[in-house]
Amino acid sequence: MKRSIAPVFWLPFGAGGMLAALIGPALVLLTGLAAPTGIGLTNNFMSFARAMAFAQHPLGKLILFIVIVLFIWHGAERIYLTLRDMHAGAKFSLMWICYGTAGVLTLITIGALATIGS
Amino acid sequence: MPPDPAAGAATREIVIEVLRYRSETDLKPLLQAFRVPFTDDMSVLQGLQYIKDHLDGSLSFRWSCRMAICGSCGMMIGAQPKLACMTFLRDYYPGPLTVEPLAHFPIERDLVVTVGGFVKKIESIYPYLIPKTQRSLDEGEYLQTPLQLARYETFSDCINCMLCYAACPQFGENPDFIGPGAMALLQRYNGDSRDGAQAMRMDLVHTDNGAWSCTAVGNCSEVCPKQVDPANAVNQNKTKSALDFFLRFLGRPLYWEHTASDGDKP
Amino acid sequence: MSRSRPYIRPVETLWWARSPYLAYTLREATGVAVLGYALVLLAGVVCLATGERAYDVWLDFLKSPWSLSLHVLFLIGMIAHTWTWFRILPKTMPRLVIGGRILPQIRITAGGVAVAAASFILIVFVAVWTQP
Repeated sequence: MKRSIAPVFWLPFGAGGMLAALIGPALVLLTGLAAPTGIGLTNNFMSFARAMAFAQHPLGKLILFIVIVLFIWHGAERIYLTLRDMHAGAKFSLMWICYGTAGVLTLITIGALATIGS
Repeated sequence: MPPDPAAGAATREIVIEVLRYRSETDLKPLLQAFRVPFTDDMSVLQGLQYIKDHLDGSLSFRWSCRMAICGSCGMMIGAQPKLACMTFLRDYYPGPLTVEPLAHFPIERDLVVTVGGFVKKIESIYPYLIPKTQRSLDEGEYLQTPLQLARYETFSDCINCMLCYAACPQFGENPDFIGPGAMALLQRYNGDSRDGAQAMRMDLVHTDNGAWSCTAVGNCSEVCPKQVDPANAVNQNKTKSALDFFLRFLGRPLYWEHTASDGDKP
Repeated sequence: MSRSRPYIRPVETLWWARSPYLAYTLREATGVAVLGYALVLLAGVVCLATGERAYDVWLDFLKSPWSLSLHVLFLIGMIAHTWTWFRILPKTMPRLVIGGRILPQIRITAGGVAVAAASFILIVFVAVWTQP
């Protein structure tokens, strides 16, 4: 009996969802609201120097990679299934668009993090 | 039986609109309205019986136990999948109350839907115990602790009423989806400590029409009249199927059944 | 005997927008917040890799009213995600046995939300504590 390939996308969806549930609200609050407005955090919380130091460190790179990539694959799966529910297109077209975009974004993430170097 | 004013409650009248369809005369289904006198203790099923007995004898619908255990009287009542015998007319007064056949199934006649597909799905999941090791009669019964029973007990409560199929939009989109009811029965056996056929049943789970048609809407468990929680049956098997997809090459299938914590042998 | 000609009712294409499925669609829509925030982070990483001037553009964007409004929406989405995630999580697990009893699903939800709240507090605390 033919196995579904859905698990390939479901596990990253699950991992990304768990991660987002645990750290998502805090990250959005800190990087998107507190740091830019200077309320609760100093204005140079995400300065170039600090961001570079974080991204150049192997652990920092790993964290950035895991957070960005897992969040992307989580979103991609949910958007794919919702578009399918909405009859937005044929199943295979939607799969290519959603997972293909996620794949491209993953490569961009890897490329950017590699460029930052150490 | 006509409502009995002597039963205590005053008799009121409700309008019930029933979706009629007779293949020999109708091209498509149409609503037909009936004025039904009722007392507060009357179920929708009794309302339909009143229609059949006094207003239109051609009305067709399935029913049997009238106490929510046979699973025969599932239908769309007020656009919600419910058992007619445990839904009450007083809650829909003055109406019009729309009664239609169970959603997502072909209409055979009036409120009777075609159930052959569902029966085939039930039959396909090996709905019987296949012991890990056969015991001879002198060895006695296959024993089970109450805790081992508790692991799968709710899944054994299913009365095959198919309300969950009517509630599931993914089954509506894909009639080949094995569906919540069949998956509950599958998990009833896979979760039974006496059973050893998990691998055979998981072969059905791993397919696109198995657990992977489900998107965790969860409506199936909401409408279940017996609290079977089919959503849990389907979605725990997604986890098992996903882990198995990647870990099967390690040799032993990872099926999460019968952990050592409560022991396999009582 | 009359011939059987079953009638197949068409599926309503807008089922996902109607009760009781709208709640499910909104739950799935929280994935847009997760993806959207990841894209903002990715833009930041790309700008960081490009150089200080590009990164400053990203920082300025974060300060803009557009970005702040967007992040308020992201925050609402993330919180909704967290809540609905732990509501559905117990369904993906087999019946757990703790202390000789089947663990009720609501306990798993409550435990998950508690861990998420603790994690939120911890991360904010660490951020405030390690800021320059």
